[in-house]
Amino acid sequence: MSGCGFETYETAWCPGCGNFGILAALKNALEKLQKKPHEVLVVGGIGQAAKTPQYINTNGFCGLHGRAVPPAAAAKIVNRDLTVIVNTGDGDTYGEGGNHLIHNIRRNIDITHFVHDNQIYGLTKGQASPTTAEGHVTTVQALGSKMLPLNPLLLSLVLGAGFVARGSSGDVKLLTEIMEQAIIYKGYAIVDILQPCVSFNKVNTYKWYKERVYRIGSDYDFENMDAAINKASEWGDRIPLGIIYKKERPVYSDKLDFLKKGKALVYRGLNPQKIQGLLSDFM
Amino acid sequence: MDYNILIGGEAGQGMDTLSAILERTLKRNGFEIFSTKDYMSRIRGGHNFIQIRFGDKKLYSHKESLDVIIALNAESVNLHIDRLVENGTIVINTGSDINDHRLLEIPMKEIAGEIGNAKIAGSVALGTVLKLFNIKRDKVNSVFDKVFKKQDIVEINMKAFEKGYGLVGGKYEVNGMNDDDKIMINGNEAVAVGAIAAGCKFYSAYPMTPSTSIMNYMAAKMNKIEMVVEQAEDEIAAINMAIGASYAGARAMTGTSGGGFSLMVEGLGLSSMMELPLVIAEVQRPGPATGLPTRTEQGDLKFVINASQGDFPRMVIALKNPEDAFYQTVRAFNMADKYRIPVILLSDQFLADYVTTYKPFDFSGIENERYMDNNKSFKKGEKTYKPYELTPSGISPRIIPGSIEGFTVLVDSDEHDETGHIVESGRLRVKMNDKRMKKAELLEEDIQEPEFFGSKDFEVLYVAWGSTFGPLKEAVNNLNRRGGKKYGALIFGDIWPLPKKEIVEKAKKACTLVNVEQNATGQLASVIREQTGIICTKSILKYDGRPFSPEYIIERSKTL
Repeated sequence: MSGCGFETYETAWCPGCGNFGILAALKNALEKLQKKPHEVLVVGGIGQAAKTPQYINTNGFCGLHGRAVPPAAAAKIVNRDLTVIVNTGDGDTYGEGGNHLIHNIRRNIDITHFVHDNQIYGLTKGQASPTTAEGHVTTVQALGSKMLPLNPLLLSLVLGAGFVARGSSGDVKLLTEIMEQAIIYKGYAIVDILQPCVSFNKVNTYKWYKERVYRIGSDYDFENMDAAINKASEWGDRIPLGIIYKKERPVYSDKLDFLKKGKALVYRGLNPQKIQGLLSDFM
Repeated sequence: MDYNILIGGEAGQGMDTLSAILERTLKRNGFEIFSTKDYMSRIRGGHNFIQIRFGDKKLYSHKESLDVIIALNAESVNLHIDRLVENGTIVINTGSDINDHRLLEIPMKEIAGEIGNAKIAGSVALGTVLKLFNIKRDKVNSVFDKVFKKQDIVEINMKAFEKGYGLVGGKYEVNGMNDDDKIMINGNEAVAVGAIAAGCKFYSAYPMTPSTSIMNYMAAKMNKIEMVVEQAEDEIAAINMAIGASYAGARAMTGTSGGGFSLMVEGLGLSSMMELPLVIAEVQRPGPATGLPTRTEQGDLKFVINASQGDFPRMVIALKNPEDAFYQTVRAFNMADKYRIPVILLSDQFLADYVTTYKPFDFSGIENERYMDNNKSFKKGEKTYKPYELTPSGISPRIIPGSIEGFTVLVDSDEHDETGHIVESGRLRVKMNDKRMKKAELLEEDIQEPEFFGSKDFEVLYVAWGSTFGPLKEAVNNLNRRGGKKYGALIFGDIWPLPKKEIVEKAKKACTLVNVEQNATGQLASVIREQTGIICTKSILKYDGRPFSPEYIIERSKTL
């Protein structure tokens, strides 16, 4: 049991699942940031990753498959006092939820998005996800996946995301640091988190990742877009971990004055009698 | 006194502006207005027309017979001349090759050219028409101010108007001209104003005809009202955003038409499963698929009352007219909060776009009851907060997440226990399902019976819903005035759960029960039969995408 009260509930994850490392890092990060449970909202869609709100003592919203980001975005707009964190898998985020990812990066609401990317569908037992490698054989992709894998970091960069990072469930210390930075960052922060699926992904295993990942050095300039594009393109023998790109951008609420001043929108009342003047539009 | 003016032409000829000025000028002279638009799904060309009916008594509908046609092209005459009364007038630019004794050619384009702006030809016609009806010109300037805003534009239009006014003498008698004390509003605007008055703080939608003008009105008020109007990337995002805003504590709403609602259906179930209040405006157009995008139908009733997998409570309110739309939208938010359910406002293109006059809506009686428990039971240390606490009513306490230290709110689309955690226990599943459905029983006590009008001694009883209210009201009044058979009508507003008391009582007295609906299969009749066993033996159905007129209902009534 932690100091801030982010206790864990019994989980339905497989023993050895990468999600345990991600959940541990999330709790570490929230504690380091001295957040209290009622100040945090964790949102998931459907999938193994999306069960995260079930297993952490914060406000939680377990929505529909692919649809975690829209309610998270709206919750932040109307109730800016909440620290809003989305936890979804690669299928939830890049497959079913692709359209919402694209447009919420553009919308740039101050929320944080942790994508548990195990390059496979876990909850439905092992089909290809958008990040599954070409040729990867699964029950459905019996002759190997015919599609090119999506590169989430490059996609996020070209859409204009101001905070793009990659973490790994195998490096909880680094992941905790990245998560802290992502939560503090003002704007849409996306962290693609590599994790093995011990039950259904026999290719991208702990060993596979361990042989390839490396921490990005401290001399790296994460404000340089060209460098970021290059770093995000690295995949295969060497896979970089760390903050790929970080730059301040105006956020959604900066463009709506009334959202910035006064209380969060949900705490503002409205006296219907005071707006009867609207009827002059129809006189 | 009851006149009807048609303005016809191609898209892009400025008909919207001309009609806006004409109907507002008539309104400011104290007349009652009923104005409908018939437009094609295109931005230029084609044939569009607007009908402005005005009179000295409350008007419930458009009508078919025409007194004046303002024809911006010859096609408008050909298409509508059959409906022009004997003493009618066709106002058209000089030089047409139409041969009809009702023709009034005026040099509107030439005058506009002389003044120096081709766009103001309509204002010449406006002047001529107002003069034909002997309507004073003193209100025109202020209407131009409101519509055009820029002073130089107002001035040249006034010049054109004066020229047109001077071209002819008076022809028609009007009475009832007095001080204007009314508002003139369409169904979508009334929904938007209602939502704002209800304290809606978040509206997310994807543009879709004929629902878009709800969003347009609200968006124009964002700063003033301090509400967020967000154009979502698709309808799925729109409903899920609204649910997220509702979760976070705001009154939230989305709006769309049938096609967009199809995409929202999973979200509808989510709102119910999570027990998060939500208001959805479904402004119908003919389907399936893209159908007739700019036209009207009542084809989505069975869809919206059955949409989504699973059993859960929902409320569907069919809007009858703009005034009803305003008050019912306010009520929808209160019902959604009270029962923590989705409430669907069912409108249609006809109601969305027709403009009519009312006494200003009364805001003094509006009470926005949130049914929130933030300040009630959950002071720190008192007890644990359970978002799905099993209570005798089935309604669980609700708090704003983040508002009370030590209390968190977990909601779930999976079946869950009282704390919001996922469960698969069969016993708990039954308890939670029963808890949700218990709210449906309570809701039945809160629903409003259909409105009755017509003869108390009716032999023929019409049943109808939503926007059919207006045309049917005029038709029934007219039929009863003629003598012979006596007619009554029940118009459903609250339509799901279906209120049963009135229909069961009145159906017993009726010799003939007739459902009057704008769809091909008689969806209300089907719901009534399913819910009460009562069978409508005759039907008046219309599904050509054009609204009922009183004349049409009367004509069909003769052949019942």
